[in-house]
Amino acid sequence: MSTTEEPRSGAAEEDPPTEAGPASGSRRRRPRRPGVLLPYGMVLPAAVLELLIHIIPMILGIYIAFTSLTQLTIRNWTSAPFVGLENFVRGLDPSGALGSALFQSLFRTALYTALVVGLSWVLGMAAAVSLNTKFRGRGVLRTLFLVPYALPVYVAAIIWAFMFNHRDGMINRLLVQDLGLLDDRPFWLIGENAFWVLVVVSVWRLWPFAFLMLLAALQSIPEDMYEAAAIDGASTWKRFTGITMPMVRPANAVVLLVMGLWTFNEFNIPFLLFGDTSPDSARLISPLIYEHSFVNWNFGLGAAMSVLLLVALIIASAVYVRMVLPKGSSND
Amino acid sequence: MVVKIPAKAVLSASTALGLVAALTACGGSGEESGDQTLTYWASNQGASVEEDKKVLKPALDRFTEETGVEVELEVIPWSELYNRILTAVSSGDAPDVLNIGNTWAASLQETGAFVPYEGADLEAVGGKGRFVETSFATGGAEGEAPTSVPLYGLSYALFYNPTMFEDAGIEEPPATWEEFVDTAKKLTKDTDGDGKPDQYGLAMEAGSERQNSHFAHILGQQYGGQLWKNGPNFSSAEQVDAVKMWVDMMAEEEIVDPSNAEFSDGTQSIGDFVDGKAAMIMMQGSARTTMAARDFDNYEVAQVPMLDPLPGKPIQSHAAGINISVFNDTENKEGALQLVEHLTSPEEQVYLSQEFQTLPVATKAYDNEELQSESMQTFRTILTEHASPMPLIPEEGQMETVLGESIAGLFADAATGSKVTEADVRDAMKEAETQMDAAN
Repeated sequence: MSTTEEPRSGAAEEDPPTEAGPASGSRRRRPRRPGVLLPYGMVLPAAVLELLIHIIPMILGIYIAFTSLTQLTIRNWTSAPFVGLENFVRGLDPSGALGSALFQSLFRTALYTALVVGLSWVLGMAAAVSLNTKFRGRGVLRTLFLVPYALPVYVAAIIWAFMFNHRDGMINRLLVQDLGLLDDRPFWLIGENAFWVLVVVSVWRLWPFAFLMLLAALQSIPEDMYEAAAIDGASTWKRFTGITMPMVRPANAVVLLVMGLWTFNEFNIPFLLFGDTSPDSARLISPLIYEHSFVNWNFGLGAAMSVLLLVALIIASAVYVRMVLPKGSSND
Repeated sequence: MVVKIPAKAVLSASTALGLVAALTACGGSGEESGDQTLTYWASNQGASVEEDKKVLKPALDRFTEETGVEVELEVIPWSELYNRILTAVSSGDAPDVLNIGNTWAASLQETGAFVPYEGADLEAVGGKGRFVETSFATGGAEGEAPTSVPLYGLSYALFYNPTMFEDAGIEEPPATWEEFVDTAKKLTKDTDGDGKPDQYGLAMEAGSERQNSHFAHILGQQYGGQLWKNGPNFSSAEQVDAVKMWVDMMAEEEIVDPSNAEFSDGTQSIGDFVDGKAAMIMMQGSARTTMAARDFDNYEVAQVPMLDPLPGKPIQSHAAGINISVFNDTENKEGALQLVEHLTSPEEQVYLSQEFQTLPVATKAYDNEELQSESMQTFRTILTEHASPMPLIPEEGQMETVLGESIAGLFADAATGSKVTEADVRDAMKEAETQMDAAN
């Protein structure tokens, strides 16, 4: 890419043309061209990439949802039989095996999301408030708190899987042999407990994000507001509910939305903890879609479920944005 | 000083960027291979991908020496292989020759992406007569020209620890399931006096979909059942008996450590066997590479037990193994078939089976003096006389997942303390059938 340096002038339009050429025409056009084309030029690479990485695959995904694309038709996938709404009907029929599994999974994922986002927010907020005041060692603690977020999720989840191992895992060793809290070693990665393991690992992974965002929001609150409230005799709790919460509301709204969407779509953690197929108690929606698409090789059905998930998340996000995000600031 | 970038430059730069992105996204990988170079995707058979490359290199060098055709080798881990094959099938950006798990043969045959071995093409790879019959039968759906021929033969066998047998006063490996359970009970014991068993009679991959469905097939055949009869047939009385018996090893007989319910990667039970936590395992012959990697050779091999009396067939293993296929899109079909011929030739089979602890698929290879050990004879007997293929249907892969997962669920119930009754097994099998029907 080449750049040319030109003297910047606030009155460029009044300058006489410095180059020979069709003077009168270029004099009026030249300053307008950057104004008209520059924004498009700036946006173009992003637009092309967005189109290639998001929009086109998404449209293809929606198309596939209406076809019976399986391993048998994948060689010439554009000619996979068109089945209309069949994939959606089968996927959504609560009395069918697939539909009931989907709805159970949706309900479970909603509960999982509520728990993970809620707990992460509480932890993140508590840590942010505690570390917002100056004390010795604050920098060390801030860094330490961010470790789960900085660690690659693959490394972290695999270590958690080792820790929750029934026979040799650290958790069971601690609970049974070292502390003697339990007589028998419980199973964590299979059976009912698997859901709670998923919640624990996800919260551990997510809360530093809440902490980081909320800490940034807290730092924008002027110190003198707290001082004034303190002089007026407001308790710590009153200052938290009366100043901190309203002041971080916009940041909060965004943090909750982003964490909610991430968590609802969580795939890595269950996949790393449980492998290709999660135990029934912990089967979230994304791994379920993966199972249909890449374990059972029924891409049509997997795509139909993805479309349903997409629509559900768009509606939920739209409602949330209208209800919670600050009004009258559509450009924010 | 402020840098001013002309709009034209921005436009051309961004267009170029966009074009590069578009080309990168849409273009193929641009294989540089000419007609004289074949690409070959091999499955991971040994202890690691690197190990496999070392083993295959001399075999491929011999091929290049004979034919002048170079081979570009890529060894692909099992976890990625099927995905990679389907991607290759859909994009057409495929290798010339590749290995497949033989249970995928019928599914992949249906895609139409592979050269059918018939007529001159079959002769070019040595003809049907070259191969072990049970292994050759896995090449594709019945009644159709196979699109894969066997490359490595495998079968399940019973591995046992002779020292533990001797310590427990057991002289012979068990031949019937009744004897097996008795033997395993004698070998399940508390060795450190804490009141809980720490040595078990049997270790298994109870969380593995693969092993669970394989044994549903093997035991189902012994009971006279069939996993697939024009559709999933998991809940037939024979199949329910078979699965119940398999799950009862942990649930009822307590000869399997409940921890095994978490085992699913195919190596954890071998680990227990090597570590002396279990006296027996039932594994395919390739388990020996894992044992060798841990310098463990204190084991003997025996045939998988059978029911007595036997209501069904004397099946001890599915005809396991790895097959080899040629992609239709190859530009050098002749060379590709030559490579298949070379790798399945008796000479190379002797070399490969020793390196990968597999069974030769060329019958003539068995005459070789180096393959006359007792364990080789045991594996050979199982593969040639007591093996039958998993159902040769396009849905096989899905069936293994759905059925195996449902059996893993029963093991999870047993491990977490629930009782597993015959009705529970039947319900689980019915549920698996419904899932299969619904997903197809």
